[in-house]
Amino acid sequence: MVNLKINGEKITVEENISILEAAGKNKINIPTLCYLEGYDAIGACRVCMVEVKGAKTLTASCSTPVSEGMEIFTNSEKVRAARKNVVELLLSEHSGDCNYCERSGDCELRILASSLGVRENYFTGESLMNNIDDSTPALVRDSGKCIKCRRCITVCTGLQKVGAISPQYRGFKTSIGPAFAAGLDSVPCVQCGQCAAVCPVGAITEKSHIDQVWNALDDPEKYVVVQTAPAIRAALGECFDYEPGTRVTGKMVTALRKLKFDAVFDTNFAADLTILEEGTELLMRLKRTLVDKEQYILPQFTSCSPGWIKFAEYYFPEILPKISTCKSPQQMFGALAKTYYAAKAGISPDKMVVVSVMPCTAKKFEAQREEMNDSGERDVDFVLTTRELGKMIKSAGIDFQSLEDSEMDSPLGISSGAADIFANTGGVMEAAVRTVYEIVTGRSFPVKDLHVTSVAGLEGVKEASFKLENPVDSWKFLDGVELKVAVAHGLSNAAKVIEAVNSGKAIYHFIEIMTCPGGCIGGGGQPRMTDDKTRMARIKAIYEEDESKSLRKSHENPDVKKLYEEYLKKPLGEKSHKLLHTKYTKR
Amino acid sequence: MITEKTGQSQTEEELFQQLVNAINELKDKDGALIPILQSAQNLFGYLPEYVLKHISSTLNIPYSEVAGVVTFYSFFSTTPRGKNLLRVCLGTACYVRGGKEVLAAIKNELKIDIGETTGDKLFTLEIGRCFGACSLAPVVMINDEVFQRVKPARIRDLLNSFRNKDEMEEDHE
Ligand code: SF4
Ligand code: SF4
Ligand code: SF4
Ligand code: FES
Repeated sequence: MVNLKINGEKITVEENISILEAAGKNKINIPTLCYLEGYDAIGACRVCMVEVKGAKTLTASCSTPVSEGMEIFTNSEKVRAARKNVVELLLSEHSGDCNYCERSGDCELRILASSLGVRENYFTGESLMNNIDDSTPALVRDSGKCIKCRRCITVCTGLQKVGAISPQYRGFKTSIGPAFAAGLDSVPCVQCGQCAAVCPVGAITEKSHIDQVWNALDDPEKYVVVQTAPAIRAALGECFDYEPGTRVTGKMVTALRKLKFDAVFDTNFAADLTILEEGTELLMRLKRTLVDKEQYILPQFTSCSPGWIKFAEYYFPEILPKISTCKSPQQMFGALAKTYYAAKAGISPDKMVVVSVMPCTAKKFEAQREEMNDSGERDVDFVLTTRELGKMIKSAGIDFQSLEDSEMDSPLGISSGAADIFANTGGVMEAAVRTVYEIVTGRSFPVKDLHVTSVAGLEGVKEASFKLENPVDSWKFLDGVELKVAVAHGLSNAAKVIEAVNSGKAIYHFIEIMTCPGGCIGGGGQPRMTDDKTRMARIKAIYEEDESKSLRKSHENPDVKKLYEEYLKKPLGEKSHKLLHTKYTKR
Repeated sequence: MITEKTGQSQTEEELFQQLVNAINELKDKDGALIPILQSAQNLFGYLPEYVLKHISSTLNIPYSEVAGVVTFYSFFSTTPRGKNLLRVCLGTACYVRGGKEVLAAIKNELKIDIGETTGDKLFTLEIGRCFGACSLAPVVMINDEVFQRVKPARIRDLLNSFRNKDEMEEDHE
């Protein structure tokens, strides 16, 4: 342990942590712009400067470790003046007008400038050129607003192992972006939006669909259907000052009705359906491998995370045949809304508009993939992020906190607890295991609360195995088989698992991959800033949502059963193939 | 396909093979990227996109990061160079003694910007740092030849002498 003083107060902290962390642990807030929890500090922005007694110059607290006897001042006159100076310089180069900026509400630079009392522009140097890059379906970049903090590079390269963006050119011309400062569509970006989630300013944001959705809602000719992803209900509250991890499912439904959506449905319904299709697909692949001795079709990888799919299409095309052919729940929902539901409700599919609310920017990309039109129309028309829905609710003047709870509509609104946990890492696996175990053995998954705890939590790669014993007759070949599964989140972890599988070092039957850290609850479209504490709080809320339901298993969802009886007939049947399954292309 | 002359004419494939050899030799060393880029530039005269993409995938360095290095150093170029490389010195001495006007005159005459090559592939325009001839500023370097006390009004004549040289060579061939 190390003893030191911060602002005159004696504190004791563990060795080898930074001054910034030491201050944080003692509830002293030091402003930062480039620092990102969980990654090495790069010391680029200099707003975290503090005064260390005896040192000649100010010190960047994020990259300086504590030492015995240190005396630190985080708020001396010298520190305040230097910080203000740094922010004034940043603002003088900055080319943005807060009045017209997407981030004006939560921009870290603006908030910092205001808290430091920046009131004038002293520097009259050149400002950056606005250069708007809207070349991809999910994201918009404006290099004029970029403060070169490099957080986006840290996540794109470190966490996602994509490296779509890097510093280009030098000196004043330096820009943070794709090769040769070209559009994001010129590099293999997977559209995950993790860069947009960490950007402190309005330099990377989602491409908004808010206007299109208002237009659809205002159009009396259109019948507008909305679906909400599992992860929204555990995060939307944060847009309305609730603590992370507050469940707001009922209020969210009421708010969507007040926004005048014609039907409020749940992506969860499609998540239950996914488990039936994907679980059956896994069993078929097991059969083809164990009975028919076919090779190279296992392990089966999950397919619900579109950033992951694009990643595999770019970087690991050899495993594409191993990825489940199931569409993501968002796309299954869209295809069914404009066929099954449209017919049931007597609405012409070309009059129907399907809007999704997703924690994810990659879903905007996925919705416009060429092949996603199996209903005969665009299956999903518009995708809003959690943040965008929050803005719409606010701009409609709805007092979210005071709303009553209400229930989703039927038939595409009923879901099991297994669908809820699609929102977090390990959840799809757990949901699948609950169902697959029961199909194979005819018995309920024999674990407390039905939770597969070994694949839960924020560890990057997790494993579990289950012995299948005394199966029912049709699955006799699985008797004694040890089903091995793995779960990874964050694409760098996905790459590790694939490399282990490819090299033969690891043998699995089923692998869940989610693009974002923590799974969808940590998606690129969620309220900012998502740190590990927020992730854990949202995950806890999701498990509570699951446990609060009496319906806990996908195959018990009555409306999914009805859908098979009335329409699809059976998992992997002909209709399923047409509407619910897809294929992938090497990029 | 015949590429820019690099001493003797080599096909693009031969050049590429030489690059592959160079990469193999260098790739396991620390900081291999810059020497590999240098060797590519020496071979091709510039850094074509497909070469950069190849380097990125063999070294397992993201393309954006490779481009970041290429754009950081002024000695890398991603556009084919013209037959004659013009470098206008904008060091302090040249700058104050008319270097800026010389540059403007060249841009005007060639109708290209810094870093660009003329349509006839005859000239590439670049900025130089000090060539060590400050007392005779402003200075322009064309290939290996230094021209001192250059006047904007004389730019056309100077460039014409290179144009004529080129025509004479063509006549010989
Ligand atoms: S990025 Fe921040 S400071 Fe810049 S215009 Fe937007 S809100 Fe204002
Ligand atoms: S969306 Fe994801 S892959 Fe694309 S630049 Fe941002 S972090 Fe990188
Ligand atoms: S785009 Fe945003 S996150 Fe990336 S360097 Fe610029 S300001 Fe930082
Ligand atoms: S937060 Fe320490 S230098 Fe940016």
